[in-house]
Amino acid sequence: MIEVNTGTDPLLKRAFSLFRITGKDLQILYRVRGKGTAILKNMKEGAYLDMLGPLGSFYPLPPEDQIPLIIAGGIGIASVFSLAERLAGRAIVFYGARKKYDLLMFKEIEACAHELVVSTDDGSAGRKGTVAEAVEAFLRSHASLIASCAIYACGPYPLLKTLAQMTQEYRIRTYVSMEEHMACGIGACLGCVVKTRDGYKRVCKEGPVMSATEILW
Amino acid sequence: MSIDISVRIGDLELKNPVMTASGTFGYGEEYAEFLDLSRLGAIVVKGLSLNPKEGNPPPRIVETASGMLNAIGLQNIGIERFIREKVPFLKTYDTKIIVNFFGDSVNEYVAAAERLSSVHGIHALEMNVSCPNKQAGWSIFGTDPLVMSQVVGAVRKASGLPLIVKLSPNVTDIAHMAKVAADAGADALSVINTLTGMAIDIRTRRPKLANRTGGLSGPAIKPVAVRMVYDVYKAVKIPIIGVGGIMNTEDALEFILAGASAVAVGTANFIRPTVSVEIIDGIAAFLAQEHISSFHSLRGTAHES
Repeated sequence: MIEVNTGTDPLLKRAFSLFRITGKDLQILYRVRGKGTAILKNMKEGAYLDMLGPLGSFYPLPPEDQIPLIIAGGIGIASVFSLAERLAGRAIVFYGARKKYDLLMFKEIEACAHELVVSTDDGSAGRKGTVAEAVEAFLRSHASLIASCAIYACGPYPLLKTLAQMTQEYRIRTYVSMEEHMACGIGACLGCVVKTRDGYKRVCKEGPVMSATEILW
Repeated sequence: MSIDISVRIGDLELKNPVMTASGTFGYGEEYAEFLDLSRLGAIVVKGLSLNPKEGNPPPRIVETASGMLNAIGLQNIGIERFIREKVPFLKTYDTKIIVNFFGDSVNEYVAAAERLSSVHGIHALEMNVSCPNKQAGWSIFGTDPLVMSQVVGAVRKASGLPLIVKLSPNVTDIAHMAKVAADAGADALSVINTLTGMAIDIRTRRPKLANRTGGLSGPAIKPVAVRMVYDVYKAVKIPIIGVGGIMNTEDALEFILAGASAVAVGTANFIRPTVSVEIIDGIAAFLAQEHISSFHSLRGTAHES
């Protein structure tokens, strides 16, 4: 949770994925979408920011014999990037965006992926279509591998929902990083809940990474 | 010089006048890793009911200009689980535990108050008669004077603990409601709960909250809250706990000058988990700077002509 503003508008801290930790640097990757990110964009180098974290859960690392499929939709790359880095050379990464211009950190993700499957909505890079379609095509053509795959995904809600339904069909263990409006980030406000088989769970505390099968989409 | 900033809320003695507003501090433990809970005047825990409540579907919160709307829907683990799982932890701290509670009927309010009053480690009760996030009909406990009188009176008889009634600002004359609560046996009043509000997404053309409406909190409501404390102070003799948009020491002192004996910090906890402790230290520092030896002497001084 990052305090982008010391005034009262915007009021709340903003939740960001820890994109990358390099030596003494902690990096976040964001797309300018509203008031908070606009303020961040206009900050000068060397400015101080108040931060609370790290908070919540991370992707459970796959056992050695498993093939990790990492799926990023758009700015969802910010959440899964460090996982891909950690699994250096092991993961098959599916990275989708609206257009080529939106594929951030492309070289870096290519460098740490075992294989990179790119897709864009307009076909300006990689295959034309959604990242979910790319994943499905892969699964259909690699039926023998499915049993040893595990999926780690972050992206817009519709993408995660489609993936969850698809991977349930293929019976693949799937972890998704969820997003919800968040006020405190520490489990107190109960604002950021998602409905699961065991009732509402807090994205900030029990998540953001949750098993796709436990969520009632 | 150490300045005494202890206060009395009825029979309840607080080491300082700063507590946490219900619904913004969980059951206390969520904040234990950020601050020493023993520093707080009191912890007011998330509203509890006899049976657990699932709460509203998301989206439950939305940020607005200098504020936020919430429609959590009173999600809580229920009184029995609270007593079993949370009270033992809370008892390890040297602070006062105030339990906010609610019911769907007068009988439920009474049963909840009776159960809570039998528990060692709970020091006071705060009645929520005013949450805006319940289905139609429920809000009459906080907005219909006759109904409020009945429910407060019934709870008063059922509990020997100090009884705080949290007033709804969603009324025409809050001073009148304050009198009704005081006459029915309230020992103190929390003024105010959130204001009912709404935000609409202009692209989807739908309310941003799944519940459609929610409770507005944060700095946006502070002037309303200060005015209401000011009005209630003129109307009743019992202590007032000022609540509504307190972000810092200056805000807290404003409420004291308007007539509050103590304050509860709410939404600010979400932004700075340590804010309550900063305000406690800030009040002491202010008194020292201004050479004021008695915190009590500040109360209601904005009323002097």
